[in-house]
Parts: sequence; C-alpha cells; structure tokens
Amino acid sequence: MKLAVLSGKGGTGKTTVAVNLALSLAGKGEKVLFLDTDVEEPNAGLYLKPVLEESLPVTIPYPEIDQEKCDYCGKCANFCQFNALAVAEGLVLTFQELCHGCGGCVLVCPKEAIQEGKREIGVIEKGWADSIKFWQGRLNIGEPFAVPITRHLKNGLADVQEDIVIIDAPAGVSCPVIEAVRDSDFALLVTEPTPFGRHDLELAMKMVDHLGLPSGVVINRAGKNNDLISEICQERNVPILMEIEFSKLLASLGSIGVPFSRVLPQWQDRFWGMYQSIKEGCPCAS
Amino acid sequence: MKIGISAAGKDLDALLDPRFGRCPYFLIVDTETKEFEVADNPGNTAGGGAGIKAAQAFLQLGTKELVTGQAGPNAFEVLVKGGVKIYQAPQVKISEVIDLYHSGDLKELTTPGGRGRGSR
Ligand code: SF4
Ligand code: SF4
Repeated sequence: MKLAVLSGKGGTGKTTVAVNLALSLAGKGEKVLFLDTDVEEPNAGLYLKPVLEESLPVTIPYPEIDQEKCDYCGKCANFCQFNALAVAEGLVLTFQELCHGCGGCVLVCPKEAIQEGKREIGVIEKGWADSIKFWQGRLNIGEPFAVPITRHLKNGLADVQEDIVIIDAPAGVSCPVIEAVRDSDFALLVTEPTPFGRHDLELAMKMVDHLGLPSGVVINRAGKNNDLISEICQERNVPILMEIEFSKLLASLGSIGVPFSRVLPQWQDRFWGMYQSIKEGCPCAS
Repeated sequence: MKIGISAAGKDLDALLDPRFGRCPYFLIVDTETKEFEVADNPGNTAGGGAGIKAAQAFLQLGTKELVTGQAGPNAFEVLVKGGVKIYQAPQVKISEVIDLYHSGDLKELTTPGGRGRGSR
C-alpha cells in the first residue's frame, strides 16, 4: 500500500505524523519504505536518523551551443516558451535555470548547433533507518525544478519489495505535491484546528478529490477548536482517523527530534490501529 | 544619438517605466531632433524570462544606449553582453529623461537590480 501524507501548508506536523506512522508500523514487524519527497526541505531524516548508503545525481538536459555552427538566426530563442535562450547578432546566451529541458531548441535549430548537455539539479539518497528503508530527494539550492527529482524517486518504486510505502509529501498543493501524491492508494491529510488549518485542508481535499484518491484526516494539536475541522470533514464525507491532542510532552519531544511513538508505546498502537482502519476501508487492501 | 527608453506610453509625454523587463514599450528617441519610434516590448506579456525576452528584443532595435529604472540579472547580462550601456533615470516624463541625458545627469547602471517576477 502506498500511503501519502500531506498537508495544505507547512508546519502542521505532517512529517511528525509520517515518521511516527512509519516507526509504529515497523515496530509491529511490517516492512516499510519511507520516501521523503519534500525535496526542497527534506527533514524526515532529522527524526528517523537514517544511515545513507547511496547518492545518485539527478540531471536534466539543457542546450549547449556550438558558436562555430550558429548563425544567430534566433529560431531557438523564438521557440523556447520559457525564454531560456537569447540571440542577437553575434551573441547567443543560455539561461540554464529557466530551461525546462524539453529539447525543442535542439530540434528547431537549422544548423545543428545545439547539443544536449546535462545539468545536475539534485540527488536521490538511499539508506536505512534501522528496519525502515529510507529514500529522500534533495534539490540543489536555487534550483527551481523539484518535479524531476520527485519523479526519479517515485520511478524507483516499481522494483520495491516493501509492503508499505509512506510518502512524506511537500507542503502545499503545487506541482511537486501532485507528483508526489498521485498514484498513491490513500492520502492522509494532516491539519490543525485553526482557521488557516481549515482553509488549507480544504485546498488539499480538493486536490485529493481531483486525483481520485481515498483520504482521511489527522488533526494535530487537537483541542477545543476541533469543530473547525470536523465540520468540513462531515461536509465532504472524509473520516477523521486520529486526533493528536496538544501536549507539552509531545511538543518538547518534537523539538529535540525524538518521534513520540519511540518513547510512548501507546502511540504505536494508535498508529497501528489507524493503519488497520485505512486498510479495511481502502479498495487497494491486499 | 539614438537612445532607448523603457516607457509606460507611446509618446514623449509618457512616463518612463522603471521595470525594464515588463514595460509595455521601448521608445527609441533621437536626442538631437527628438524624433522617436515606438516598439512593443514582448517581455511585457511573457510568462517567465520576461527580462531575457525584453533584452533580446532591445538588442534587435540596434540602439546601444538604454535608459530605464532597473534591469534584473538576466536582462542585465543579455544587454551588457550585447554591448548596451544602461543608464538609470527616475520615473519622469520621457521628455525630461532626454533633458537629463543632455545635462549628463544620468547615472550608469553597473549592477543588476532584484530579480523580477519572471525568474522562473
Ligand atoms: S530545451 Fe526547451 S526549455 Fe530548454 S532552452 Fe531549449 S527550448 Fe527552451
Ligand atoms: S537556432 Fe541554431 S543557428 Fe539559430 S540562433 Fe539558435 S543555435 Fe544559432
């Protein structure tokens, strides 16, 4: 089962939930692969403390121009809808950070002056956090394209033996999130009972609907304002699967990088129970 | 001498548009006769990379001097490599920009400004 953990915005405790879920399932003897797809800010590793064994570069193509062959006709720059090329008399410049690597300029150049170079935009790292297999993507600082890294990470899933894949998605509802979440079996939406939390949860719910995924909600820092969330869950007929009550103990464990289910075994049981109910309700159950 | 100016409108009464990449027009003005031509800035409607598109179009106009408010790093690179000298002026009427040009009060812009919206 591929279980995506997401939230409409950052700071709701999405990674905390993903990490504790993974540890709880592994603690019950399940084989778990944890995928941190928040490539701009991978931080699940801070809690899981994996030993990384492999680092694989991810590249995208960009145009390399042979100035000898180029006659400055400008066709490449006209073609490029991202304006990653500029041509003037005696001058052709490329702007790698704008290039999406579509390869179109190579095709339109009448002089065959453009070759495809490769540019590293980040890495995929693989390792283990005890019995949990751990993969993460990391985008180089300043690089605008997160999606190719997420795609590489997810391509690797085809050959995976683990029964449960937990995908820690980036925050928000942007392209990289959709890439991380699509073709999952279930979406776990993490939110908190505030007006902002509710607003962002709604966005996340719409996205998940759009992708046709079954989903459930985890309320983090739950308390007296839970109605804010339960109202819209009722409206949209999405179950609330867990409420993590606000407590100083959990907050301080989080602040020192200790996943609370490691030291509070009753939480392992609660996460295990949540997983069982997801499995029962999910058409993917195997 | 012909100079290019990023402009908000199509005549000498129009204001200088401080955003090189996103200004709607370039006015190419003969500083002696005050005759001018108007060119559209294709960067104005570009999604990303507006500055690059604008700079490329500007080079094609053949003018080697530009007066604007600021140019982002990408536009700046294209302009400078294309041999254009960039001057900075405040957001005043084009006719006043020409006066400033004559009085030698325009400062040459030697560093790019902040990145525009179009950096992606
Ligand atoms: S590969 Fe595509 S995006 Fe990149 S410069 Fe060429 S046309 Fe533009
Ligand atoms: S299309 Fe080819 S020949 Fe024309 S400007 Fe681009 S690189 Fe040069």
